Amino acid sequence: MYFLETKDVVKQYAAHLALDKVSIRVPEGKVFGLLGPNGAGKTTLIRIINRITAPDSGDVTFHGHPLAENDIYNIGYLPEERGLYKKMKVGEQSLYLARLKGLNRDDAKKRLTSWFEKFDIMSWWDKKLEELSKGMQQKVQFVTTVIHDPQLLIFDEPFSGFDPVNTELLKNEILGLKDQGKTIIFSTHNMASVEEICDEIALINRSRVVLNGNVDEIRSNHKTNIFKVQIAGNSPKVNSNTCRIIEEDIKSHTSVLLRLQKNNEMSNSEFLSYLLKDNEILSFQEEIPSMNDVFIKTVSNS
Amino acid sequence: MTFLIPVLFIGLVIGTFLLSSIKDGETKVIVVADETNQYFDVLKSTDQYQFIKAQGGFEDFRKNSDETVYATLVISEDLLKNPSAIALYSEKQVTNDLERTISNQLNEFLSNKKIASYEIPELKKIMEESKVSIHLQTKRLSSDGKETESSAAIASIVGMVFTIVIYMFIFIYGAMVMQGVLEEKTNRILEVMVSSVKPFDLMMGKIIGIGLVGLTQFFLWMILIIGFNILGGALLMSSTPGITATAEMTGNPGVMQQTLQILSTINITEIIIGFIIYFIGGFMIYASLFAAIGAMVNSPEDTQQYMTPITFLILFALYAGIYSVENPDGPLAFWASMIPLTSPIVMMTRIPFDVPLWEKLVSIVLLFGTMLLLVKLSAKIYRVGILMYGKKPDLKEIIKWLKYQ
Repeated sequence: MYFLETKDVVKQYAAHLALDKVSIRVPEGKVFGLLGPNGAGKTTLIRIINRITAPDSGDVTFHGHPLAENDIYNIGYLPEERGLYKKMKVGEQSLYLARLKGLNRDDAKKRLTSWFEKFDIMSWWDKKLEELSKGMQQKVQFVTTVIHDPQLLIFDEPFSGFDPVNTELLKNEILGLKDQGKTIIFSTHNMASVEEICDEIALINRSRVVLNGNVDEIRSNHKTNIFKVQIAGNSPKVNSNTCRIIEEDIKSHTSVLLRLQKNNEMSNSEFLSYLLKDNEILSFQEEIPSMNDVFIKTVSNS
Repeated sequence: MTFLIPVLFIGLVIGTFLLSSIKDGETKVIVVADETNQYFDVLKSTDQYQFIKAQGGFEDFRKNSDETVYATLVISEDLLKNPSAIALYSEKQVTNDLERTISNQLNEFLSNKKIASYEIPELKKIMEESKVSIHLQTKRLSSDGKETESSAAIASIVGMVFTIVIYMFIFIYGAMVMQGVLEEKTNRILEVMVSSVKPFDLMMGKIIGIGLVGLTQFFLWMILIIGFNILGGALLMSSTPGITATAEMTGNPGVMQQTLQILSTINITEIIIGFIIYFIGGFMIYASLFAAIGAMVNSPEDTQQYMTPITFLILFALYAGIYSVENPDGPLAFWASMIPLTSPIVMMTRIPFDVPLWEKLVSIVLLFGTMLLLVKLSAKIYRVGILMYGKKPDLKEIIKWLKYQ
């Protein structure tokens, strides 16, 4: 079941086509990565999902029905460019934002208190926002994003501006939300975090979806037939008909580490058995490309 | 632009002044009921004022008021013996200009007459002595024939005060709306806000909220002023003997008492209601323009370029208002109090001088019609502008924004 679908969404700004028939499918209860270089159209798509702007054409389906006005109460959005009212007190401001999302005063206060206690920031309640550090402000903003317990959460570059400790804290919160069955759209440039967190992705480049699907499948589809092989001794025997040596690194007298690219037709086990005939194999591992490699390759090819 | 602004500014001040001195075309008829039969010939008609001799007594005029008559001048005694025995009656507040015309002509005549009556060679000394000034009282005449003492000077002061107050309120609170929008934009909180509320609601919320702050402050001022008045009145009552004594000594009625009495003839309720109506209309117009500017730009420095035309417009309105005090029924005053971008300010000058009902209605209808239109257009610019960062939009781009659905 897909929680959110966009179908052929088009958005034109003056002379610039921001989205060109963009279709994505976000499965329920998963973390969906929305990737792409700067200016690709991610923010525009996110704004359309948030009903901040309307698409010129195309459909957005939310939990089985066309996206409607009331659905915004079921979305939590953390924009890339964070911002809150600097002169307002933290607690007052969070209450206000929570009530804008449809909570009543008592509910909002109860939930805020439990989140603030969880993050150990209850003592900030009566402080003005400008008295807090940037990282602290981000924590407050995260709480205001999730306070109304929405089914869909959209995080645009959530880790920017966080120190490693807080990044870890936030990552665990996001995964915790996923365990509660929330659907999460996660937009980032940090490919390492995509591998860690995302189940599915869509890669947008120059206003179009150029790649989408399951993260593991995408990575294995982008395999380049490169293997890391450690062979005993320092004179490996490699047949140039079966593979090509990319790198040779003699570790010591006892072993050598090779990066080999096998010929396309061969299966992995055939390749291994070839190698086994003449060599004593210590380790044999296929290199799966990182999301970073996939990203760079896809973007520069498209 | 740097060189142009001083030139434009001087042009604004002088140009408005020149415009205000254009008299309204029609000649005003003033009936002179001169019971002494000495002074009618002295009053020479000008382009603006035509003096005609009264047929019958003043009482006839009072009862059968004639639309074509602007004012009635009544002289009851020899002015050399009693300089206060002259009064000007009108259904409207007469202008300073008319008061001056009559006073100047009569003063000159009386001075000359007095000098002649002495027949003494010590002319210089006599000249000093002979300076007589008549005390022209202006009285408002209501249709039922009741007369009240009034004063063009006081109507002018009241009009001026409210003109400046409404100018300040519109400008200060309008600019506050712009600052607020700009702050939300630079803080980047707008994106969070518009994911919860519609941009139009957000903009109107800001405008109405700040407008109510303005009205609250206005009411606080009013309460303070009325409080002081009551307090002042009470003090006056308690010290009346002293004042009467002074009045007797100078031969004039107590100035304070008189001023308070005349102030009470100005329809303060109408002025306050007018202020509220025109503040709402004018503030909504300027605040929505300011909100659109705040949404278009990215930093306070960028606002200058868009602010300048609006500042000129509102300053023009202020000067038009100030100069209209001299000539509250002149063409500048009339048109500036009809055009919605200047009417809130200029009309405040005119209201103490009694503006015909139809003029007020037309002006208010135009004001609120324009307000609705400008709020709608501003909302369109606002909606697009708040999410646009980067370069300032030019006119072409803004027109494109207006066309977005």
